[in-house]
Amino acid sequence: MPSTSAVAIEGVWKFFGDYPALRDISFDVAGGACLALLGRNGAGKTTLLRILGGLSKPAKGRVTLLGQDARAEITRKRIGLLGHGIGVYEELSAYENLRLFARLYGIEDPRKTAMEWLERTGLDRVSDGLVREFSRGMRQRLAVARAFLHNPALLLLDEPFTALDDRAIKVLQDLLKGALTEGRTIIMSTHQLREALELATDVALINRGRLAFRGERTREMLEDPGWLYRHYGEA
Amino acid sequence: MNFLRQAWAVAEKDLRSEVRSKETVNASLSFALVILLLFSFAFDPDAEQVRQISGGLLWLVFAFAGTLILNRSFARELVNDCLDALIASPASGAQLFFGKCLANYALLVAVECICLPIFAVFYNVRLPQRIALLFLVMLLGTWGITVIGTLFSAMTVNLRLRELMLPTLVYPMLIPALIGAIQLSTVLIGGEPLGADNQIWFRLLIAFDLIFTILALSLVEIVLVG
Repeated sequence: MPSTSAVAIEGVWKFFGDYPALRDISFDVAGGACLALLGRNGAGKTTLLRILGGLSKPAKGRVTLLGQDARAEITRKRIGLLGHGIGVYEELSAYENLRLFARLYGIEDPRKTAMEWLERTGLDRVSDGLVREFSRGMRQRLAVARAFLHNPALLLLDEPFTALDDRAIKVLQDLLKGALTEGRTIIMSTHQLREALELATDVALINRGRLAFRGERTREMLEDPGWLYRHYGEA
Repeated sequence: MNFLRQAWAVAEKDLRSEVRSKETVNASLSFALVILLLFSFAFDPDAEQVRQISGGLLWLVFAFAGTLILNRSFARELVNDCLDALIASPASGAQLFFGKCLANYALLVAVECICLPIFAVFYNVRLPQRIALLFLVMLLGTWGITVIGTLFSAMTVNLRLRELMLPTLVYPMLIPALIGAIQLSTVLIGGEPLGADNQIWFRLLIAFDLIFTILALSLVEIVLVG
């Protein structure tokens, strides 16, 4: 069961010019929890995830991941990030992409790890094919493999189900269920409420950069995914 | 060792991508050859004139052609948001930067190695017996171009006018290194003795490379993450 806090966000503000994209966001996520980060387009979900992923710094406030600063090397080794872009290189093969990231993550046997993940995501038969020749679904599966290959303790997923084909959705759902069983922590932003709420143990709703709701996922939310927006979202 | 291992992983990736796409080397090489060709038609210099302008012409070509390679260095990471994936990895900004520098350096030196004999043919220049020294100048000057260019490539990567901004920012910064490289190249191509008064240009090039390498490695994390 979730115990200590894996993610602690304290009074985080982020500005784009004068516009406050995040306004005094504070909440914790317990270790082993799966948080669905919800909100309309432009609410600030991606901005918050980018701060958590160490891609951007908050103007004010503090973020602690697994007890460390978000940009600490030890933290980055334990985070798996799947953003809007797939983060894989068109001119490299599937195998070369995974081997590159395995090397960057300091994995002992990059070759073996890359081959294992190609197999797990059903890409082993096209391991030497260049990504530019892949279908969208194959690219997405490769992106999932890239985010998971170093067995991260914390997964940050930005719209992970968007544009996935049914096979990639199945691969991702199985991996996420497996990750939760193993006690890893997941934070995912999404518009696909049903898929997200099925996995989520916790929910956070952001409205125009402010935290509008933070709590456990309830049965009401699962039965009626629009419930949260009607009660805590904007009209 | 870990620093170099991860930097090499990035460099290897960039070189492999470039070998497959030939995106920047082709453009850079074509541009360099066109400049060399046009200048050779533009005037018909005698041996003395060639001796006087050789260094300047050579480094003009290297600097302009180099910018085409450097412009794409970080811009190629925008496809599929690969830059985010790199920054999120445990590799530090300095490691990513150094890896990119190594790849850019290899590409720039390759283009220069092709241009040098072509320059000699077009301008009827006998490459000096001190070709090793000329090559050393080329390596030192090119490292300066690479470090500054790669850093500014990272700074301008998210700008819409990055193709314009990069040379605008890079060339003024490169003036000391280019002056040193031009002076030394002119002397070496002209076959003049490399006297004590020219040693200062070597020292300038080495100091420039060292200072800007250290500065860039220290600043690049801020450039990439803020």
